[in-house]
Amino acid sequence: MKRRLPAPELLLCWLALLALLGLTVLGAYQPLGALNTPLALAIAVTKALLVAAVFMELRRGSALTIAFAGAGFFWLGILLWLALADFVTRPNVPKMWLINQPH
Amino acid sequence: MSDAPLGFQYTDLRQQHDTVQLGMWTFLATEVLFFGGLILAYCVYRGANPSGFAEAARHTRIVIGTTNTAVLLTSSFLVAWAVEAARAGEGKVAGILLWIAVLFGLAFLALKGIEYRLEYDEQLLPGVAFATSSPNAKAVYLFFSFYVVATGLHAVHVAVGIAVLAVIGRQAYRRHYSERYHGPITVAGLYWHFVDVVWIFLFALIYLPGRAS
Repeated sequence: MKRRLPAPELLLCWLALLALLGLTVLGAYQPLGALNTPLALAIAVTKALLVAAVFMELRRGSALTIAFAGAGFFWLGILLWLALADFVTRPNVPKMWLINQPH
Repeated sequence: MSDAPLGFQYTDLRQQHDTVQLGMWTFLATEVLFFGGLILAYCVYRGANPSGFAEAARHTRIVIGTTNTAVLLTSSFLVAWAVEAARAGEGKVAGILLWIAVLFGLAFLALKGIEYRLEYDEQLLPGVAFATSSPNAKAVYLFFSFYVVATGLHAVHVAVGIAVLAVIGRQAYRRHYSERYHGPITVAGLYWHFVDVVWIFLFALIYLPGRAS
């Protein structure tokens, strides 16, 4: 018999994604101080990995497919790493960038 | 079931299928860097103006944003299910699932439109209507500039995805795809899931900051 119902892993993945969405919204309202942003990003990465592994079928992908899929994120990592290494480590941000404050 | 069109440059359908997959992943890599540049700009300006970005993010509509995230996640699930059905030879089921996913995509755009309208009324759209009395006015302006560009470009991607899914859905319904030939439907699915992934990150960066303070 041909299957009309979704595979259990697709259903589980969808439910997990919705649960993570609820969790991230709930987490955003907790006063965690500096941890709010890392929590939101960690949940976003988890959701993205779930979509990539299950919906985009990377879990069954060949090594070549995974290499192609990873290439974009590898170069994105270089972009963010090099650029933010500069911006984050500057001891004093030049005044002209502080657009909030009068100068 | 229709015949399986094999491009002249391929030895068999398997090779054609693998090539099509790699082609889509290559395109998606360029898309990662396309949206990645925007997100880098966001990180730099948020780092320089944390309180202004938190204040601006509180002006976004969390209920619409969360609903839209659920809508896109659900549409992705439907598309993944459709790919599975097409591969099992259930073309009609796949076509119907894709059309339901199209409806979810349209719902996403409709909600986004309502959101833009509300922001227009609140004068939060730089370049169109923007006015605020906040001491962080410039940071709020920067945040909403990112908001408009990022969500606007994303909405264009959603619109393209809707068109692609509608065409592929029609072909699937007409039993164009089979156990042996289903490259186009998997590739359309990859694109749709990618648009979903972009939104997952935009949601975390746009709607969530500043909620606890």
